[in-house]
Amino acid sequence: MSTQAEVPFTFVLPKEKAPKPKAIVIAGLIKENPTLKMVLGCCPTLAVTTAAPNGLGLGLATALVLTMSNFVISLLRNVIPDKVRIPSYIVIIAGFVTIIMYVLKAYFPALDKSLGIYIPLIVANCILLARAEMFASKFGPFSSALDGLAMGLGFTIALFSIATVREILGNGTWFGIPMTPHFFSPAVLLILPPGGFLAFGIVMVIMNYLTRGKVGGDVACATCNPENSHCAPDSILGGK
Amino acid sequence: MMNELGTIVGQIIITMLSAILVENLVLSRFLGMCPFLGVTQKTSTAAGMGIAVAAVLMIVAALAWIVNVTLLVPNNLEFLQTMSYILIIAAVVQFLETVLRKFIPPLYKALGIYLPLITTNCAVLGIPLINTQRGYDFGMTLVYTLGAGLGFAMALVLFSGVRERMAKSDIPASLQGVSGALFAATLVSMSFFGFQGLFAK
Repeated sequence: MSTQAEVPFTFVLPKEKAPKPKAIVIAGLIKENPTLKMVLGCCPTLAVTTAAPNGLGLGLATALVLTMSNFVISLLRNVIPDKVRIPSYIVIIAGFVTIIMYVLKAYFPALDKSLGIYIPLIVANCILLARAEMFASKFGPFSSALDGLAMGLGFTIALFSIATVREILGNGTWFGIPMTPHFFSPAVLLILPPGGFLAFGIVMVIMNYLTRGKVGGDVACATCNPENSHCAPDSILGGK
Repeated sequence: MMNELGTIVGQIIITMLSAILVENLVLSRFLGMCPFLGVTQKTSTAAGMGIAVAAVLMIVAALAWIVNVTLLVPNNLEFLQTMSYILIIAAVVQFLETVLRKFIPPLYKALGIYLPLITTNCAVLGIPLINTQRGYDFGMTLVYTLGAGLGFAMALVLFSGVRERMAKSDIPASLQGVSGALFAATLVSMSFFGFQGLFAK
């Protein structure tokens, strides 16, 4: 499977050696920020960012799953046969998501209730499979865990900032604390579904403008695009 | 007897319509954003993807219901729901790909390229999870899933029309691509928001 050469945005670094820790962190948080730069995992970005605690909660949950799944997948990278790697990754990810789901249910019932179905849906988040395929399947367990943590925190930052803007402008509160003067009437649109698209669109335009280029190109989710996909064609359950 | 039948039919129609319009998978639940933003540059591709997702959804939701009710719940294995559903999806997609390629090549040609993308589509995992959460029986599962699939296909086709027009207009560089599409999606979603409250809960 010659997928690695087609990946449009891997690290430009020697193949055998993992990137330096500092490079991994900077890539995850800023340079290759999964949400704002690579436009991966758009569903939760839009759905749970109605309030700051939700954005933070789902971001951290995803970061935890990503760190652990990257670590385990990296440990198993020489054991898992190439042909069944995608289903194996999915099973590992689903296992960790289930653990997180029950931990949240037990210790953070309120958060669990407001995130609802989006916690099990972490399984279908492209970020996890993308990092497994691009990083954890190539490099050692500790670099991979760090990569997972950095990418997860990058995702958390994006979710948290979008959620902060939406909650303050749309509801006049931040973490439930009133933030705006009483004469300001909140723009309820921002916490309704259309506001999700609007807020994400504005953030992306600002990113585009600052970086003087198109973010994410023409595809929303590079991993889900037929032409350059590596989590998709001919890889599910062994392929052609 | 007639009255009972009337209530059932009414319930089916309401569930179906609210799945298509009020709780639209993409525009109000934000499931399946990747294909919504990724394959809507052309109406023909959008329609192909929409139909493929709707078809896979029906099969997956039915199988997920059967597995959940016959295997997981009686054995107290509910914690395996997420994992078994995602495996059902991966298996169904692979099975369909093989069968279509072998027996119905024209259909495979039309829908084949969309099939593998469905495995990581959160809509396909989301619908079985919602069905389980709401405790739908088998009939209602099928009705709701059909509505959700149709709503998904409709949103994709409608949005691709908007984007085809956008591609021909002169828009600033920063707004081209996904960011512009998000603004268009805001408007489409806002129009769907008008359906909110169409049916009393």
